[in-house]
Amino acid sequence: MTNSSGRAEKLSSSAGSIVFDADVLVLGGGPAGTWAAISAAEHGARVVLADKGFCGTSGATAAAGTGVWYVDPVPERREAAMASREKLGGYLQDRRWMARVLDQTYAQSNQLAEWGYPYPADEDGKPQRNSLQGPEYMRLMRKRTKQAGVTILDHSPALELLVDGNGVVAGAAGLRRQKGDRWAVNAKAVVIATGGCAFLSKTLGSNVLTGDGYLLAAEAGAEFTSMEFSNAYAISPAFGSVTKTLFYSWASFTDEQGSVIPGASSKGGRSVIARALRKGPVYAQLDQAQAETQRHMRASQPNFFLPFDRTGIDPFTERFPITLRLEGTVRGTGGLRIVDDSCATTVPGLYAAGDAATRELICGGFTGSGSHNAAWAMSSGYWAGQGAAEFARQLGTTIGRQAFRRGTVGLRSGSGQPMHGGALARSVQDEVFPYELNYFREAGRLGDSLRRLDGLWSEASNAAASDEQELLRAREAAAMLATARWMYRSALARQESRGMHRRDDYPEPDDRYLHLVTTGGLDDVWTSARPLVSAQYSEAAE
Amino acid sequence: MIEVIDSERCTACDICVNVCPTNVFDKTDGIPVIARQSDCQTCFLCELYCPEDALFVSPFAEAPQTVDVAALKEAAMLGSYRRAVGWTDENRHLRAADRSYRLFGH
Repeated sequence: MTNSSGRAEKLSSSAGSIVFDADVLVLGGGPAGTWAAISAAEHGARVVLADKGFCGTSGATAAAGTGVWYVDPVPERREAAMASREKLGGYLQDRRWMARVLDQTYAQSNQLAEWGYPYPADEDGKPQRNSLQGPEYMRLMRKRTKQAGVTILDHSPALELLVDGNGVVAGAAGLRRQKGDRWAVNAKAVVIATGGCAFLSKTLGSNVLTGDGYLLAAEAGAEFTSMEFSNAYAISPAFGSVTKTLFYSWASFTDEQGSVIPGASSKGGRSVIARALRKGPVYAQLDQAQAETQRHMRASQPNFFLPFDRTGIDPFTERFPITLRLEGTVRGTGGLRIVDDSCATTVPGLYAAGDAATRELICGGFTGSGSHNAAWAMSSGYWAGQGAAEFARQLGTTIGRQAFRRGTVGLRSGSGQPMHGGALARSVQDEVFPYELNYFREAGRLGDSLRRLDGLWSEASNAAASDEQELLRAREAAAMLATARWMYRSALARQESRGMHRRDDYPEPDDRYLHLVTTGGLDDVWTSARPLVSAQYSEAAE
Repeated sequence: MIEVIDSERCTACDICVNVCPTNVFDKTDGIPVIARQSDCQTCFLCELYCPEDALFVSPFAEAPQTVDVAALKEAAMLGSYRRAVGWTDENRHLRAADRSYRLFGH
């Protein structure tokens, strides 16, 4: 590449804005974004990574602990790992992708060990690499990203993509919110690794995840898939933010009077909890965990106990009120549609990784634990970074290329109507939080909700943020609104129950829907059906 | 939500201003201030990164709480998360204490 130092170049720094020139721009600094940035740099690219918050603490992983889909390369174990997920995911996965993610995750986890991640060893001294502590992992990833020569822009949310005259992505522009100015990065390829959308539900670490990358990708024409699989809810104490549903598999669930709620369970009985919560408070107590398990829990997830230790509750011997917090597409499997092995999207020069990209390829319509999500973030991040670096190399020189700003809603208004991000975000939450709308879906309720959401979009698309302070909130709220409309339009199109998508009016799976639902559009949201890869093979063989 | 920046311990290093993913703090000429408390997502990460154990995040995510800083210090609550994950010199062994492999598959 042209710059011998291998670093992205600062082109100008004048009052009010800073401009960089790079080969690859990565948006988002969680696991997918940092792996993408490191991978792009390893493949020769000059890389800038921009994060809305702080690369190292931003996103769902940094605040939590996560399992990792790390399976030894023993054929029977790999086969079992893939097979165990297929029914849960509604048979929408792609075996080829599952196999390559298992391979890639194994390699990258071992790389983390070489980099000094403090994996534990079991009683026999065998290293255990199927779990990562979020703060530790992401602190290491920030360090490695810097060591790879990547320029990190913290507190620098992207507002819009730049696209050239041929529709090829040419960079992005955004805010430096702690400096009160703007940034722009001219880049030959962009990786969207901004995470999913959890609608500001305060599920642990997820309030930075408002679907920002979806919105700016959609403005450049990107497509989405599996957006109906977006109604994951996690258990947390009613007053708190710490969601760790795994630990609730040792819980009993009771109602106000203390009676056990029949069928309530963290696995396979969460819908019972949702129905009970509509009637009144629900309590949990981790009374099935023996002393040894209790010790393992404390060692494995110290932050799970902060809400209890700091309120004087013993969760093993006392019951406490719980709630279900929406995790949206952070744990759902919908996201930007991937069209090839390098995690390219339908827009030239635009790549997607982690929760921003669809996870349907390995999870189909359901993600239970975080382990597949962590594996996907690593693998897709690595491939997207490599793909973007390769795209940049093939593009060659871009001197003199014109770039156009593609941002729309909230950024420029003809009517002069002010847009209030906070109020709009609450209106969207009113449509996506209620269990009777999102958890338990039905044509009439989805249709009514969509009419309200479409009305909100009509208003928002004619409005603009009143000032610089409001700009980010307005764009976040618009992204949440767009995400909700793709979710519910896709949910209407799938007239069956499959994976995490459940329809009261179609409670069973229906083989006529053994396909994937593509969606997209901003003013006019559309959906279409796409055959599974396996169906394409069998058709070709006929 | 973040409730406390303890003025006795804070050295105005501004690490919390940098690391907060939702930009809750502002720098000042002195120690930082909690400028946008309602944006706090109760992720506890500012506490973890504070080298002086000067911060306290209340576990109540939805509403501000009144807290008694003297009592928190007395109960060694400040810095308790940092010690539990092994981000202090004395507790470094806890960085590898993860026993999730004993919990998965339940």
